[in-house]
Amino acid sequence: MAQVEGQQHPISIYFWVWGLLFVLSAGSYMVDYLQVQGYLRWTLIIIFMLLKAGFITAIFMHMIWERLAMTLAILVPTGVLLAFIALMSLEGDYTNITRETFFAPAPHVAVEHTVSH
Amino acid sequence: MSESVAQGEHTGGMAGVAADWSSDQRAFKGVPWHKAMMWIFLLSDTFIFSCFLISYMEVRSTTTAVWPSSSEVFALTIMGNSIPLVLIAIMTFILITSSGTMAMAVRFGYQKNKNMTAFLLIVTALLGLSFVGMQAFEWTKLIVEEGVRPWGNPMGAPQFGSTFFMVTGFHGFHVSVGVIFLVITAVKVMRGSYDNERPGFMTGRKGSYQFVETMGLYWHFVDLVWVFIFAFFYLW
Repeated sequence: MAQVEGQQHPISIYFWVWGLLFVLSAGSYMVDYLQVQGYLRWTLIIIFMLLKAGFITAIFMHMIWERLAMTLAILVPTGVLLAFIALMSLEGDYTNITRETFFAPAPHVAVEHTVSH
Repeated sequence: MSESVAQGEHTGGMAGVAADWSSDQRAFKGVPWHKAMMWIFLLSDTFIFSCFLISYMEVRSTTTAVWPSSSEVFALTIMGNSIPLVLIAIMTFILITSSGTMAMAVRFGYQKNKNMTAFLLIVTALLGLSFVGMQAFEWTKLIVEEGVRPWGNPMGAPQFGSTFFMVTGFHGFHVSVGVIFLVITAVKVMRGSYDNERPGFMTGRKGSYQFVETMGLYWHFVDLVWVFIFAFFYLW
């Protein structure tokens, strides 16, 4: 039982991250509450999301204290998903253009859709 | 755990990665098996949730119908004022708080503080339970009052319901399973299974407080997935 085991970190770091996650969540909620729209909205949502995800993974899940062999085995396959997202996004745009050109139910619906994006 | 201090243990950077993977032994040095396996399970779970979120992106970007405004659909009227997304915001804060208590349970576990670990695990489970309760309330409101179905809804694109129920349902299932395992872990802590290294159910492996950390990995992942659902489904 004498062996030093596992992750021992000061409790203050968890309180700090907890507080930070609260602030970041409040920030992303304010994006909707204040009705920020357009590219600013999407940028803010993504920034707050990535910061929250980063802090949860790095501190709460102890990723920054793991050996690099472990970290890379988890993060590199996850990173490949970016290519998947990019491909599906391109595909989605193409399908949408095709549908609006050939079988949009009524012109005004298609126009509304374009405006809302 | 003496084999965990093998060669390459003190080599950092990419040289360390190469040493770990080429050593013809275990690649994840100093990591207990259950923790490595939990990480790999979470990686596969990441792929599943990514597939759901990518299909959601796909149907939302390809539909020619208007996508319902989540800000309005998920608004709640409290004391006469309609507040957008208020329940979702509360659910987000609850899940983050439960992640905080979970992280501290792991820390007290490694200090072999039995009572604090079990207490924090139970608090985490209760917060998780309240999250599932609010989600049940949200689903009921959406189905009964708003008339949202997996095949259509009065607000716009019919795919809204199917993606919503699929994504949040699968996440809610994860939370529910997590609550059950949090209670199991808390019971094991309380009866001293990890102090006495008592083997668990259907295994000969000795109990250890490292299991609390592995439990924590799963719970933080549930919180992590919610971050993405909150951003892409509710805020986008």
